[in-house]
Amino acid sequence: MEFSLSDERRMLQDSLRGTLERHADSPDLWPALAGLGAGAALLPEEAGGFGGTGTDIALVAGEVGRAGAVVPLIDSLILGAAVLAAVDGADTAAVTALVEGTATAALADLEPGARYDGTLATTARPRPDIRLDGRKTLVVGGDSADWFMVTALDSDDARGLYLVAADAPGLTRRSYDLMDGGRGADLEFVATPARHLGTDALLDRPVAAATLAICADAVGVMDRVLEMTADYLRTRKQFGQPIGRFQVLGHRMADLWIEVEQARSAVMNLATRLDDPARDLHLSAAKVTVGEAAQLVAEEAIQMHGGIGLTQDYGLGVLVRRLIAADARFGDRDYHLERFAALRRG
Amino acid sequence: MDDTPENAAFRQELRDFLQTLPAGLTRKVRLAQSLTRDDYAVWHDMLQARGWFAGPWPREFGGAGWTAMQRHIFDEETSLAHAPRVLPFGITMLGPVLQKFGTKAQQDHYLPRILDGTDWWCQGYSEPGAGSDLAALKTRAVRQGDHYIVNGQKTWTTLAHHANWIFCLVRTDPDAAKPQQGISFLLIDMASPGITVRPIVLLDGTSEVNEVFFDDVKVPVSNLVGKENEGWTCAKFLLTHERTGIAGVGFATAALDAVRRMAQATPAGGKALADSPTFSLRLAQAEIALMALATTNLRVLAAAEAGQAPGVEASMLKVKGTLIRQTISDLMRRAIGPLAMAFPAEGLDGANDTYTPGPPEAAAGLRQYMNNRKLSIYGGSNEIQRGIIAKTRLGL
Repeated sequence: MEFSLSDERRMLQDSLRGTLERHADSPDLWPALAGLGAGAALLPEEAGGFGGTGTDIALVAGEVGRAGAVVPLIDSLILGAAVLAAVDGADTAAVTALVEGTATAALADLEPGARYDGTLATTARPRPDIRLDGRKTLVVGGDSADWFMVTALDSDDARGLYLVAADAPGLTRRSYDLMDGGRGADLEFVATPARHLGTDALLDRPVAAATLAICADAVGVMDRVLEMTADYLRTRKQFGQPIGRFQVLGHRMADLWIEVEQARSAVMNLATRLDDPARDLHLSAAKVTVGEAAQLVAEEAIQMHGGIGLTQDYGLGVLVRRLIAADARFGDRDYHLERFAALRRG
Repeated sequence: MDDTPENAAFRQELRDFLQTLPAGLTRKVRLAQSLTRDDYAVWHDMLQARGWFAGPWPREFGGAGWTAMQRHIFDEETSLAHAPRVLPFGITMLGPVLQKFGTKAQQDHYLPRILDGTDWWCQGYSEPGAGSDLAALKTRAVRQGDHYIVNGQKTWTTLAHHANWIFCLVRTDPDAAKPQQGISFLLIDMASPGITVRPIVLLDGTSEVNEVFFDDVKVPVSNLVGKENEGWTCAKFLLTHERTGIAGVGFATAALDAVRRMAQATPAGGKALADSPTFSLRLAQAEIALMALATTNLRVLAAAEAGQAPGVEASMLKVKGTLIRQTISDLMRRAIGPLAMAFPAEGLDGANDTYTPGPPEAAAGLRQYMNNRKLSIYGGSNEIQRGIIAKTRLGL
């Protein structure tokens, strides 16, 4: 396993970090990142990119997480562009728009009341052109996406993936805030025209890549949370000294650092096996390791900050909420713990 | 450990009474929505009409003279019935301090005004530079004739926006030999010129705590409780009263029931989440811990009934009680699964005008998970409590 970044990747990391710092709260952040080649780095050559390996994905997602940036990296690129590029007779203009950041896509797979087992009730029926009926929830980026990739059952109950334009007739959306500071939506389809993209196996690799990105993003967030907490412990004084000098806090910080390094390794394990038969095992291992570290880091960072850590102004809260959301998407750690055990049993 | 016949009768009386709570109010509590000042007022008035608002106060001051066990039964039954909590600032904090250290005039003036809801109190203790190290507080009170002139800032002041009075720890002697000396306990009218209240928004989007600023605030010397420079004595006494019910067994029991209901109603892999191997073990673990805590709590109560003031035992109940409640809110967060991706919107003061996907119990659970982080921070952080245990109980 290669543990250090190549020169090209290190340069990409540096320029990403710089751009993320400069444009942190700017609406131009996403096009600026795309201009740096962040999009191209995440996509394989056949999708118009020049990378798309697990290591590329982990690198870019880690920087975005570290900056706490709210951008449609996962949904529009790692899921959207990758899926659309892999379809037979791909719409290259649409893929280019997603890669350049001039349009966004979102994945609509989860249904109300469903958990992580892919329960599906939305239907796709020919009338004579294909129409969708059903409901989707927690569509990340769904309030502003231009296209939706929607999972649905066809007349033979086969699971398929369909493309719906945001302005399609019979589509209503209700949007709301997400924990990480982004926006999501619930969608309702009533005889909504859709294009059949293929079976939902089209999602296998992109969802694994997106899960990797979520884990890498969380490690980036944890790095940042650790820095903030260490800074605070060095400067906050009580009982006449910086509270970081109290051994009980110093030791807990050391434990957090150890767990974040464990999480980083679990992400590397998955990143280097994203296109390997061992992918599923490492995916569950990463989700478990990162999920446990994320909860520990989030809760301990708040506790060691004290009241200030709970305030919205301080900036720790939104990072903590991002860690909570990361665990909740594509299977939480309990789901993946059971899945890992099942995979091991064979 | 069954109730004595008297306590069993009291419990039944309480249960009957709690049936009369307005359904809208218990729903708000169950769904962890912010309560308005009126919500609390309705509840306090209901209790006062029954003579139970100041249950723990001695009868001579208008209370019901409850024993420690009766207070526990009250806490337990009200939690299980999703009643609001009785705001502690007047009843469990200031009341006992005035009864112990106040002048007759102060008792006659302030205690009835707490009982009839004229005065709503808040607690001015913590400051930006004085949290765990409370004795480092800097808010200054300088005597000028019949008044103190108060300058400084308090923070984390819970429900200051509902209060018309604040009891404060202020520094009256900056040159005292030890920081605990030179502190006084002062009652301040929130309507005094020079007081500014600013809300603090927390990570769940609510704002129940505030900053309170004092800019040349004039306070009559007659508002001093106890002796000048001896406020720390009042503060320590208040702390022992703040800690009754600190284990939160009733809250934990109600929260665990809510998790169980959610897990039974949530499908996961073809069965209920409550029957999944991992989740059912987690639920069992929390329940086992709570069963032991309930008995630990009763042991401390029995000692208190026998006249032993809880000291280090309160620290134990604070640490374990808050950890168990946090574990249970974490179970709720796990139970709601992907719904934890959505911000659980709730406007201030319970105005729920924005949409959140999923059942309201899920959003409530996520809000509680975030909000309950405070349990191990406030009222003397768990680190401070562990320090007390190590020093006073274990001799370390």
